[in-house]
Amino acid sequence: MSDLLTYAYAVVRAVEGLQEAAAPLRGVADAPVGLVTEAGDDQLGLVVSHVQAQDFREDALKQHLEDLEWLEAVARAHHGVIEALAERTTVLPLRLATVYLDDQRARVVLEAGRTVFAERLARLSGQVEWGVKIYAEPSEVPAAPAVPAADLPPGRAYLRNRRQQQSVRDTVYQAAQQAAERVETAGRKHASDRVRHRVQQGFVAEAAGSAARAGENVVNDAYLVPLNRCDDFLADVTHAADGLDGVRVEATGPWAPYSFATPPGESGGTAEGALP
Amino acid sequence: MTEPLANRLGSYPSRAAPPYGQGSSANLADILERVLDKGIVIAGDIQINLLDIELLTIKLRLLVASVDKAKEMGIDWWEHDPALSSRARGDRSLAEENRRLRAEIDALRQGDALPTGEEAPRITGGRRRGSARDE
Repeated sequence: MSDLLTYAYAVVRAVEGLQEAAAPLRGVADAPVGLVTEAGDDQLGLVVSHVQAQDFREDALKQHLEDLEWLEAVARAHHGVIEALAERTTVLPLRLATVYLDDQRARVVLEAGRTVFAERLARLSGQVEWGVKIYAEPSEVPAAPAVPAADLPPGRAYLRNRRQQQSVRDTVYQAAQQAAERVETAGRKHASDRVRHRVQQGFVAEAAGSAARAGENVVNDAYLVPLNRCDDFLADVTHAADGLDGVRVEATGPWAPYSFATPPGESGGTAEGALP
Repeated sequence: MTEPLANRLGSYPSRAAPPYGQGSSANLADILERVLDKGIVIAGDIQINLLDIELLTIKLRLLVASVDKAKEMGIDWWEHDPALSSRARGDRSLAEENRRLRAEIDALRQGDALPTGEEAPRITGGRRRGSARDE
């Protein structure tokens, strides 16, 4: 048995020049990246590299996935390959750590799934994913005019303060809601699909007091946007928080269409936010 | 169906000068969110337990905004916290640990490293969380 396994990154349409584009890439564990292509003429390819079996056997993999540094290295390598190829062609990203015994096994899977892959690639062609996150930051709201608290008993002053803070919070969350509606409108105008991600929470950082700047993530969505609409979409999104105190909108991307790789309705997909 | 490659590249709004994205230095949290949770799932030859992956992502959800920062600060308690470790999950592993600990105590007792009698049951009892077993 070989001590190398085949690690698959993505299914791609094997356009001209792709082989050359993949050649200089380095994947997981710095291994050279190659293309496993179909025997037929449909021109689908599986982007692969070889990894050490000792690191990717079932038990080893399980252990490794709990090791944040290992996970980060593999995740960044995985993403790096996908990102580089997404500049050249439509890419259908695979879930991290999809591993086969050898290239031949990978080819079998590619051929078995070709209908689904071809349909999905056609659907994603010419589109990219943008992440949009909205943060509520009550602490960023300009302080209310100082209230002369000297003439109030400490208890009343405290309560009044609390009420003020509460009302700032309410206002900020309403403003965030408004920003979210603006982003949705931009999506309806320019995007072809949307997926909601769970909001990002980092109480480690909060406990350490370093998340004050970041605020609370209240919306974390991904939009699928045709290439020729990206400028318009981003222009609208980046203005979504205009005039709204304590709200920050952050766009990331362009991403390969990770969030839209799984056909809607299949397990694993969360395409609950399909736009009209 | 070949892509109009030149058009594609030409119309990328942010490849040349990404004004919005973070390029290849993208936030680790955003990357993990996508590579672990999104992407199409096709059966591999190496079957990893999806339950473990779920657990991992839950774990990451808790830190996901701040993994970089936390690591910078040397915070890595989640790697050792049994409540966040897959190995500490489920009745079976608890029972297993219980059995292992009992065996260890027996071994220690036989090597008379532990006093026999009243001390030992208390140790065992303390390990059995949730089962009120008064002596």
